[in-house]
Amino acid sequence: MGIGLTHYLILSVILFGLGIFGIITRKNAIMVLMGLELVLNSANINFIAFAKYGGMNIEGHVAAIFVIILAAAEAAVALAIVLNIYQNYKHVNVDEIDRMKE
Amino acid sequence: MDLITIIFYFFAVLIVASAMVVVFSKNIMYSAFSLLFTFFGVAAIYVLLNADFLALTQIMIYIGGILVLIIFGVMLTTRITGVDIKSGLIGKMQLGITGIAVAILTITLGVMYSNVKWFIRDAEPLKDTISPIGRMLLTDYLLAFEAASVLLLIAIIGAAMIARRKKNIN
Repeated sequence: MGIGLTHYLILSVILFGLGIFGIITRKNAIMVLMGLELVLNSANINFIAFAKYGGMNIEGHVAAIFVIILAAAEAAVALAIVLNIYQNYKHVNVDEIDRMKE
Repeated sequence: MDLITIIFYFFAVLIVASAMVVVFSKNIMYSAFSLLFTFFGVAAIYVLLNADFLALTQIMIYIGGILVLIIFGVMLTTRITGVDIKSGLIGKMQLGITGIAVAILTITLGVMYSNVKWFIRDAEPLKDTISPIGRMLLTDYLLAFEAASVLLLIAIIGAAMIARRKKNIN
């Protein structure tokens, strides 16, 4: 039996679970960001898998492109915020950050 | 076992293994570099799914852009000695509960995915994807395309504003 839609969906759900686990358990803000990238990648695999097998054709590709655009914008802004937090707190542990200004 | 099957399983194992290193590694630098292999594997999966333009975009934007940003962030903010995962009994309990919840979520979604009878239409064979994507971006998705470009501009300006070192104004 060949590789079908289900194989890609299972792969993406494993990636999604790992990403969610990383987002919840890690304290470092950059690790949370990496978990987020894993989740976005798994969503993209779903889009492209449905584009090939589910008849979404080229529209799935366009949706995936917009996801990549949003991921790039989000990474830039999040990194800027993390750098700013580091200047104030000297660490980036998300569970100890409770003030928005000193 | 044909060639496509072997290639798929190779890259699937690569993706899952490197994603596990990303999530479970104690050293954040290992996580950042392991993310590289995950992104490459996902790009290979895109190639298997006939999405050549998406695979190139993945390599250029994720690896050339986002991963470099993340590695810069790691180098600029992390002290190597910092303990990342919560320690102690409460931390272990939180880890366990989260692990169980995520495992349940993953298994439920996986069972759902494998049992659903998808209504699958035969995909039209694509020669290339670049020109249909371009045509679609400038016709059906023109508004979303322009909104995305404005969003990127705002994100650049906002990131530069936030990350700028503040002068003391007294």
